[in-house]
Amino acid sequence: MGSFNQPVAYLSLIVFLPVLTALALAFFPKGKDDAIKFTTLGVTIVVFLLTLGMLRDWFGLDFDKGQAAMQNIFAYGWIPSFGIQYFMGLDGISFPLVVLTAFICMLAMGASWPIQKHVKAYCILFLLLETGMLGVFMALDFFLFYVFWEVMLLPMYFLIGVWGGERREYAAIKFFLYTLVGSVLMLIAILMLYFSSDLRELDDAQLVAAHVVENSQAGTAWRGQVPDLKAMPNRKQHTFNILALQQMGQHTDLFEGEMLFGKSLSWWAFVLLFIGFIIKVPSVPFHTWLPDAHVQAPTPISMILAGVLLKMGGYGIIRICYPICPSAGYELAYVVCIVGVLSMVYGAFAALAQKDFKRMVAYSSVSHMGYVVLGLGVWSAMADTGYNPDYWKMGANGAMYQMIAHGISSAGMFFMVGVIYERVHHRDLEQFGGLFAKMPVYSGLAVGIFFAGLGLPGLCGFIGEVLVVLSAWEYSRVLAVISAGVVILTAAYILWAIQRVYLGSEYKGPHAEALTPITMRELLIASPLMVMAVVFGVYSKGLLDYMQPSIDQQVEQLAQWTRQYDQEHPPAQPLVDIEEQIAVLK
Amino acid sequence: MNFQSLVDLLVTDTLETSLPRFRPELLLCASMVLMLLVRIVRGGEKVPSFLLAILGSMAALWSALPGGGMSSWAELEPCQLFTGMLVYDTLYAYTRVFLLTFLVLFVILSRLTGIADRDEGQDYYTLVFGATLGMCLMASANHLIVVFLGIEMASVPSYVLAGIIRGRRRSSEASLKYAIYGAGTAGVMLYGISLLAGVLGTAHLPTMAQRLGAQRLAALEISSVVEEPAQITEVKVEAEEEQTAAKTEDSDADDSGHPGTQGHPGARGHEVAASKAKLTPMVLALGGLMLGVGLAFKLSAVPFHFWCPDVFEGASAEVDAFLSVASKTAAMVLLLRIGLGLGIQPEANSFMVLLVGMAAVATCTFGNLAAYGQTNIKRMLAYSTIAHAGYMMMAVAAAIALVGKDPAQMRVAVQSLLLYASIYFFMNLGAFSFVAFMRNALGSEEIKDYAGLIRSCPWMTVAMVAILFSLVGLPPLAGFIGKFRIFQALFEAGGPWMMFLLVVAGLNTAISLVYYLRVAKTLCMDPEPENRGPVSLGFLPMAYTLLVSFPVLLFGILPDWLADWAYQATAHLF
Repeated sequence: MGSFNQPVAYLSLIVFLPVLTALALAFFPKGKDDAIKFTTLGVTIVVFLLTLGMLRDWFGLDFDKGQAAMQNIFAYGWIPSFGIQYFMGLDGISFPLVVLTAFICMLAMGASWPIQKHVKAYCILFLLLETGMLGVFMALDFFLFYVFWEVMLLPMYFLIGVWGGERREYAAIKFFLYTLVGSVLMLIAILMLYFSSDLRELDDAQLVAAHVVENSQAGTAWRGQVPDLKAMPNRKQHTFNILALQQMGQHTDLFEGEMLFGKSLSWWAFVLLFIGFIIKVPSVPFHTWLPDAHVQAPTPISMILAGVLLKMGGYGIIRICYPICPSAGYELAYVVCIVGVLSMVYGAFAALAQKDFKRMVAYSSVSHMGYVVLGLGVWSAMADTGYNPDYWKMGANGAMYQMIAHGISSAGMFFMVGVIYERVHHRDLEQFGGLFAKMPVYSGLAVGIFFAGLGLPGLCGFIGEVLVVLSAWEYSRVLAVISAGVVILTAAYILWAIQRVYLGSEYKGPHAEALTPITMRELLIASPLMVMAVVFGVYSKGLLDYMQPSIDQQVEQLAQWTRQYDQEHPPAQPLVDIEEQIAVLK
Repeated sequence: MNFQSLVDLLVTDTLETSLPRFRPELLLCASMVLMLLVRIVRGGEKVPSFLLAILGSMAALWSALPGGGMSSWAELEPCQLFTGMLVYDTLYAYTRVFLLTFLVLFVILSRLTGIADRDEGQDYYTLVFGATLGMCLMASANHLIVVFLGIEMASVPSYVLAGIIRGRRRSSEASLKYAIYGAGTAGVMLYGISLLAGVLGTAHLPTMAQRLGAQRLAALEISSVVEEPAQITEVKVEAEEEQTAAKTEDSDADDSGHPGTQGHPGARGHEVAASKAKLTPMVLALGGLMLGVGLAFKLSAVPFHFWCPDVFEGASAEVDAFLSVASKTAAMVLLLRIGLGLGIQPEANSFMVLLVGMAAVATCTFGNLAAYGQTNIKRMLAYSTIAHAGYMMMAVAAAIALVGKDPAQMRVAVQSLLLYASIYFFMNLGAFSFVAFMRNALGSEEIKDYAGLIRSCPWMTVAMVAILFSLVGLPPLAGFIGKFRIFQALFEAGGPWMMFLLVVAGLNTAISLVYYLRVAKTLCMDPEPENRGPVSLGFLPMAYTLLVSFPVLLFGILPDWLADWAYQATAHLF
């Protein structure tokens, strides 16, 4: 392992510390519930500090915020005979999500204190879940990515199924089935890409960019070394390396071969991956697992679901779908945007119609994650705009910003719903009212966090939404107008909910006596979320400085690719200027 | 070659080539005889048969392991044993180690669950050893007679094993059903073998493949054969073919007046030969199908799976483990051998790919769908083994599809099959040992009686849940690696048919989730029944279950070692 400040040691520790602790917890004696909870909380705090440490080089590993490329990267053979690597790294896209994950996990563990049932099993599963989520954001080998992606399923199933609400088993299996179908689609796409990939097609610079080799001299040496290359000169060099696949998608024709029904392999891979990811996001029409899972899950798990799990879908789209299959992304950009807008509108209307407080928040997630899909999909670097990538950059940055902001606000909203549910044991919006009088501090924080979700200027939700809507304008006016209109719907359901729950003269629902002021523990969980919501609302530069270089670089590369693609595949000329065309022909 | 040199050749072949390589099987035979005969000697009944069984199986395993470590397999010299009856190559060596390892673990399991008690132990172990011997023969078969012998040797003891618990109606019923079904399919298979051997003039698999090729040539050139016979005699194989043709002609067409007309067939001979050219592929296809029936029975492939759920429910869980792992793997290797051996010829190839592929799709889908409604854990696992046989057959189909085209990728396909089987070994042994121990502790094999076991015996239950998810094929458990590898093989084989298989396999994975998950849900989420007392298992059963299910996690994270080993096992397949 060498020293601790090596990326391999540092990042592995972040990912695997939770699972190692889980293993140790299995041997804890019975009846030590508090000790187990404290241990788990301690580990989540340590993991959070470790991720935070990379901001300022506290523990020997630094994340350089000016750098656009992957950093802190390492690769070791994991299953060499299958060509699978233990390959991880961070860039501006994944790093903020890693920090967010660690942050939300820490708070969610704090929110887990009221759990009394089977504490040991709960904590073990919780830690397994954390490992899975962190691993997904760091993995750069497609196989490794898939393994982490699936690792989360099991703990999530049990966390919803054992500790959830009345219809927990139904919700758990629904969640599991949906995600598994998505995963199987993704697995098929992984195989398709793997078997069409060929490292030999990349030139030395691209090999270096994909971290297959260290420098271009090594690239030449690598070509000489590949053992199979000599024995079987026609054998393709397949790879699971995501960065190499990105290079192949953008610089070679490997994925452009026709596969089925006249569509290219890249098109099919994109569709399969995209469906797999929007099941997770979730977008309409694959969203139906979400309201059930969110509502039935215990509060801390809802926080993780909304705060982190949904982001994995968005992350997959930006990290895998577009860079690896750009031609399909280009062709289907409009479909992607429509899926995004549809989710926004549908989610908002559905949220308006809910009577259940938690269900309303769940649908608001569908609506808010629609912005992410839209922002990622606005492929505005077209011939019409002279391949100007600026608006698309804005959209992608907005989408990423929205992911982080939604991670904070939705986790906060679910926690706020959980706080009152623990007191009065119901979530019926019609039976609330007047909480401001009984729980003033709580209500203040809750209203603040709900406003952050609404997208009020000055709070974190605003920036992402505004960037996305602005960028959509350049791409499609209709979609931009609709998505701007959704802001009104969002305001409507959130304000209406605030009015029904917190305002009003007095609380008339059941268990009025249980409405005690917020406890210290709850305050400690809610206030960091509130603080972050304000900080990211005011000082957006703080976050964008980290994300922007990587996102801009990717968008620029794709814009460049689009220009080249259009040159190679000239679009059918519109028949407006026939005389000019005749002139050209002459 | 005179008679003396023939005898000398036979003696060298038997004593120097065959018997030393056949040592593990001989050790099995010896321990069977010892177990039965030791009781004749005074005081011999005091010798526990478990001791003999475990020593015998371990000795056999020890002698089956390659001498110079696993890597020395690379230098293993492939050869044919007993004048071509058996083939000795790395695939066989691998399968034999696999079967004998299973035998050792199985003997221990039988001891721990107490199914082989003091008085009847020797019967039980003898049957198990005999069946294992048959499976070893199946895995090394190089001749259709050995195929038949091996299948029967593996099946007949299994019929008895299925009914070993005396006085239980269900058990006897299972046994009888199994025996009748087995006898029926054995008859059909034997007929198929006789058809194949009759047309091709041999039952030796490599020679059969050769003649199949000749058959094709002959069919193409049949007219030229009859018109210009003198030139053709130079080509030896075709002359043989001509001879067979003449003989069949005699028996088929009874009014054929001139038997010795090989050299000068008249116009009518021409006609007959032409019609025979059309007939022969049909006879071959029929023979192949009938042979396939026998194999499908052992594999419990749809539509020859009907015995499987009933036998699994009636027999004890230990025997189920034996049937589902050892028997199935041996049958799979046999299918592979026949498939690769005959499938090297292009015409036979597409036919066999289609046949195995269709059976795989039907088996996999049917197994998964039928498992839904089951309430008995053994019955559910029976359908699950049917489904998993389907996945494994897909790998066989991929291997056959690749055999003539891309030998390197064909090796990968076979590797995926062996890897899957090896992982399946631990999953099913673990699952059935859980069922057996729980039967002892709870007295029930109904899924609903497992409610809330996570509270009473957490470790066992966690192991079982891990096995269930591994059976679904979720990472990081080993089942995923096996499935992933098979998917890869299918993809590499390419073409619309293989893509279809891939999609079916993917869909089936999603379908299978529901019923495995239901058991996991019952184990972990349902409340414990109130009238259930404490569930006591003892240390050894728990340790055993954890031990055999640990590889399910281990090979999921570090499959490299097992994968390399499986890859080496494919070294001598073309």
